[in-house]
Amino acid sequence: METFNIFDRLLGENILSALVSVILPLVFLIIYALIAILGELKISAWIQERLGPMRTGPYGILQPLAEVIKLIQKEDIVPAGANRLLFNLAPFVIFAGSFAGFAVIPFTAAFVPAEINIGLFYVFAVGAFAVIGIVMGGWASNNKYSLLGAMRSASQMISYEIPGALVILSAAVLANSLDMQKISALQSGPFWNWFLFGGPGDWSKIWILPFTLLLSLIYMISSFAETNRTPFDIPEGESELVAGYHTEYSGMKFAMFFFAEYSNMFIVAAILTVIFLGGWNSPFGEFMNGFWWGLFWFILKAMFIVFIQIWLRWTLPRVRVDQLMYLGWKILLPFSLVCFIVISLYRIIY
Amino acid sequence: MTIEEIYSVLKEKFGDSIGELVTNQPVDPYINVLPDKLFEICLELRDNPELDFDYLMCLSGVDFPETLQVVYHLYSMKKKHKIVLKVTVPKDNPKVPSVEKIWRSADWHEREAYDLFGIIFEGHHNLVRILLPYDWEGHPLRKDYKEPETYHGMRVPY
Amino acid sequence: MTTTRFIDIDFSKIESDRMRLNVGPQHPSTHGVLRLEVELDGEVVTNVIPHIGYLHRCFEKISENMNYQQVIPYVDRMDYISSMNNELAYVMAVEKLMDIKVPEKVEYIRVIMSELNRIANHQIAVATFGLDAGAFTPFLYLFRDREYILWIFEKASGGRLLFNYFWVGGLANDVYPTFKEDVLNIVKQVRKTNKEIEDLLIYNKIFIDRTANVGVLPADVAINYGCSGPVLRGSGVQFDLRKNEPYSIYDRFDFEIPIGKGEVGTVGDCWDRNIVRMREMEQSCRIIELAIAQMPNEGDVQAAIPKKIRPPKGEIYFRAENPKGELGFYIISDGKDKPYRVKGRAPSFVNLSVLPEISRGYLFADLIVILGSIDIVLGEVDR
Repeated sequence: METFNIFDRLLGENILSALVSVILPLVFLIIYALIAILGELKISAWIQERLGPMRTGPYGILQPLAEVIKLIQKEDIVPAGANRLLFNLAPFVIFAGSFAGFAVIPFTAAFVPAEINIGLFYVFAVGAFAVIGIVMGGWASNNKYSLLGAMRSASQMISYEIPGALVILSAAVLANSLDMQKISALQSGPFWNWFLFGGPGDWSKIWILPFTLLLSLIYMISSFAETNRTPFDIPEGESELVAGYHTEYSGMKFAMFFFAEYSNMFIVAAILTVIFLGGWNSPFGEFMNGFWWGLFWFILKAMFIVFIQIWLRWTLPRVRVDQLMYLGWKILLPFSLVCFIVISLYRIIY
Repeated sequence: MTIEEIYSVLKEKFGDSIGELVTNQPVDPYINVLPDKLFEICLELRDNPELDFDYLMCLSGVDFPETLQVVYHLYSMKKKHKIVLKVTVPKDNPKVPSVEKIWRSADWHEREAYDLFGIIFEGHHNLVRILLPYDWEGHPLRKDYKEPETYHGMRVPY
Repeated sequence: MTTTRFIDIDFSKIESDRMRLNVGPQHPSTHGVLRLEVELDGEVVTNVIPHIGYLHRCFEKISENMNYQQVIPYVDRMDYISSMNNELAYVMAVEKLMDIKVPEKVEYIRVIMSELNRIANHQIAVATFGLDAGAFTPFLYLFRDREYILWIFEKASGGRLLFNYFWVGGLANDVYPTFKEDVLNIVKQVRKTNKEIEDLLIYNKIFIDRTANVGVLPADVAINYGCSGPVLRGSGVQFDLRKNEPYSIYDRFDFEIPIGKGEVGTVGDCWDRNIVRMREMEQSCRIIELAIAQMPNEGDVQAAIPKKIRPPKGEIYFRAENPKGELGFYIISDGKDKPYRVKGRAPSFVNLSVLPEISRGYLFADLIVILGSIDIVLGEVDR
């Protein structure tokens, strides 16, 4: 299927179409965040054998709206002794880091906001902004707990970027390209063409099948660590540090942290979908395939990964910080290196 | 071992420092001990292999009209016998040797007895108040305790 | 904006390698109002100083002005999670002083209520321990089961948490007609949920990594510090007052005492203390089943309550096995109807004193886990 940007076709290649291409993911992100908040509340409730919000709207559907209204009308408190500039800037830096990654996510064959041929590399580089924002927020709060949380978070995110980057490298080797749209297009056809099962190719891909499965698992774990969710939520470990680096934030800035966390979850799910789960392709080959079907499949697959993230948060206990480092450096890194070597060998031979 | 045998072992070793054995009241016979050699007596109680009192169950203070009393309840995990020691000191000079180095559980118990009664344990490494604020005045569990009127500007009796 | 010139700061007094952190009186995971002054070297704990007394309610002084029956509600509020056990210890102490023999039915009901309360207490202990380690879901499962137990207490005594049910010489009122079926249903439910919690939390690799080999308490240190209850048994010491010095009718029941054996890690670590509590819940279920089978249906629960409670002059130290450890009451009576001195030796007070010893050298996250595994309740610590 050929790939293009639909707004370029409709509005001509000018500033208007660029503006629409930026605003559309933002609108999608806001709607997704509302749904994800409701999903988290309800899914966590069902896992814990209770009902969750039931009073706002039928079956609690309007709860996210209530939460947004509540956060908007809260008093904005800046602690005395905090560095005002950095304190106010931190949530927005984090959000900027994760929203900038949306520029290269292919929602469907007809829409990628910016078709960059080093898309994969770009999304990774831009995701590292979040570390700066977290350290800024933690230090500028003038609070020992926040500082501890920020330091832990910085070390955690940096150490888990490396296995993630190696996985991305292996995927790039498999696909011969770093362009996200091209990687999605490569996986067209029935679901055994997905990179999860070795990518498009003949029966020779049976050699790398266990390695691609392992790679997707490694990427899932390291990306969950990037989003600071349990079992890796040490930076905001509730029972230890009250709330870690966002202890001192209230009102709209806290809402920004929340928003950034959900946006991060989606970005990570989207990258996993694009690389391993076939992007906007339908798993049934030509059946249910098309531009608008592509959008549907992409969002469905990404939401499934988001659901897994929410599920894991409420099931597993928290990993201690030194065990987290151990997991990242001594287990995930060697395995991802081995997989990378095997995949490169496979590419050379076939 | 029964309490008479334990009493005779202690009386042999320490003679005058051990007071009398009182057994004629309902439940719990006890041994009166003078405070001067308390530390050596307790060390003997713990280290003597026949006595082997390794568990300090409770250390409490009691307030009598003229005197203050410290009561020790000891238990042996292996030999399964119990003993009660009582040390009596006058109210104007309430000094008792500390047994904190023998049984570490005495650490907080002695701090509590000092806090609530005013009994001073000599040799304790950190004898400060534990249940009441560090700058409270007075020892509440004494019978003649009067509450202070204010504490840091707040009225104490409601 | 004023700036401090570097030349004015006296650097020699600033301990730049140790950080003093206050885990303050209000904190999501100190179990009550407890202040811990923690000295940290990076993430490693070098010293912990607990400051207690925030919940001191002068129980001992007040009880000198109340008569023996009126002290019972105060005793309830010491360890407010396992009130039945507190009442049992106090009431048996006074009964021993006065040499009262209670009817059989009363004994059985007392044992059943105490064991139910032991299960309720351990449910909270395991639930909050999981919460400290980061697992949110077992907390809700265990609290839902605890609700069933609290409904039984409410139907029997009128209170969910604080009862005033055991009186000197008997009970406040008899149990309701469907008591036996309700209790047996609960035992079934508790066993089912415990199996689920074991699969979900106890044998979970992440949980084991968090709690095994953390906060190791050797047996001789535990005995020297006066620890009791699951803290002592988790270190491998086979000592339970219900078996070693049986009180009430515990010698009629056949049950085991779980001790920590270091299954996943060293003997005496946090995981061991936790598994002792899980296994004690199972043993309590056994005792309850045996007691229900043997309990007589007839009997007046108020038959032996004396008209005036006036013990003879004397004193007694009586100790009972509370869920958290050994609760001791030292009562001095001088022949009047008000006690001369009541001292409650609370298990959490003594168990908490071992915290600085066992948390030195571990990480800060481990400190929270260790505190959760000791299972204190501040009402007892401060009385």
